[in-house]
Amino acid sequence: MATAAKPRIKLDKKEARKGDIVEVKALVAHIMETGQRKDAQGNTIPRKIINKFACTVAGKQVFAASFEPAVSANPYIQFKFKATESGPVVLTWTDDDGSTIVGEETIAVT
Amino acid sequence: MNGPSRRQVLAGSAGALAIATLGVAPAHANNAPDLIKAFTGGKQATEGKVKLDLPEIAENGNTVPMTVSVESPMTDASHVTDVLVVGDGNPNGGMVTFQFSPLSGVAEANTRIRLAATQNIIAVAKMNDGSFVMASKQVKVTIGGCGG
Repeated sequence: MATAAKPRIKLDKKEARKGDIVEVKALVAHIMETGQRKDAQGNTIPRKIINKFACTVAGKQVFAASFEPAVSANPYIQFKFKATESGPVVLTWTDDDGSTIVGEETIAVT
Repeated sequence: MNGPSRRQVLAGSAGALAIATLGVAPAHANNAPDLIKAFTGGKQATEGKVKLDLPEIAENGNTVPMTVSVESPMTDASHVTDVLVVGDGNPNGGMVTFQFSPLSGVAEANTRIRLAATQNIIAVAKMNDGSFVMASKQVKVTIGGCGG
């Protein structure tokens, strides 16, 4: 997908007490072409997937994932992190071609 | 009544089909066992502590919601570092790998996966002390998800 669609990110709370568990849900538009399919001419459609995902909170990685072609198109990911400090919640998806899609939210920890 | 009833015949053939499917499974075997071996370094993973939440039957294999959670206090002293998820009925066994840290708070993640056919999903979790725990679950797929 040439146009990098804006990812949809939702935190279950924007403000948390220290030690609270925050749930993140994120969806990004991506074809996730498996490399298994063939076009009408019988040529294999080359693989193009997001192979890496990472989330940092206030600069520290809290969660990461590697995807294989078995992850559905428009990959959805849901995970949790422990609120320790306020700061940006940065989600990064890395494509096979090296391009990245970045989404950002903020969390306030009191 | 003479002979088996229609219902019995149907039940019997369904059973035979199930056995036949199981019998065929090794022919479709993919690299899932190798991936697990590479992940654990040949160590034996014990059953338990890992929970795989998947539907029993997936009508559409293109997008099957999957939740993996691992019982762990997620402290610096004891936490889950990685969770490997593989399926034994897809062209490639690998599905997704999650990386956790004590900052994750809870070792739980959800994503949506593609399943080409009815298969076993296996999740292996690596703990920070080097031990491995696992869980597996079979999902029956009505329509495969690999565009075939």
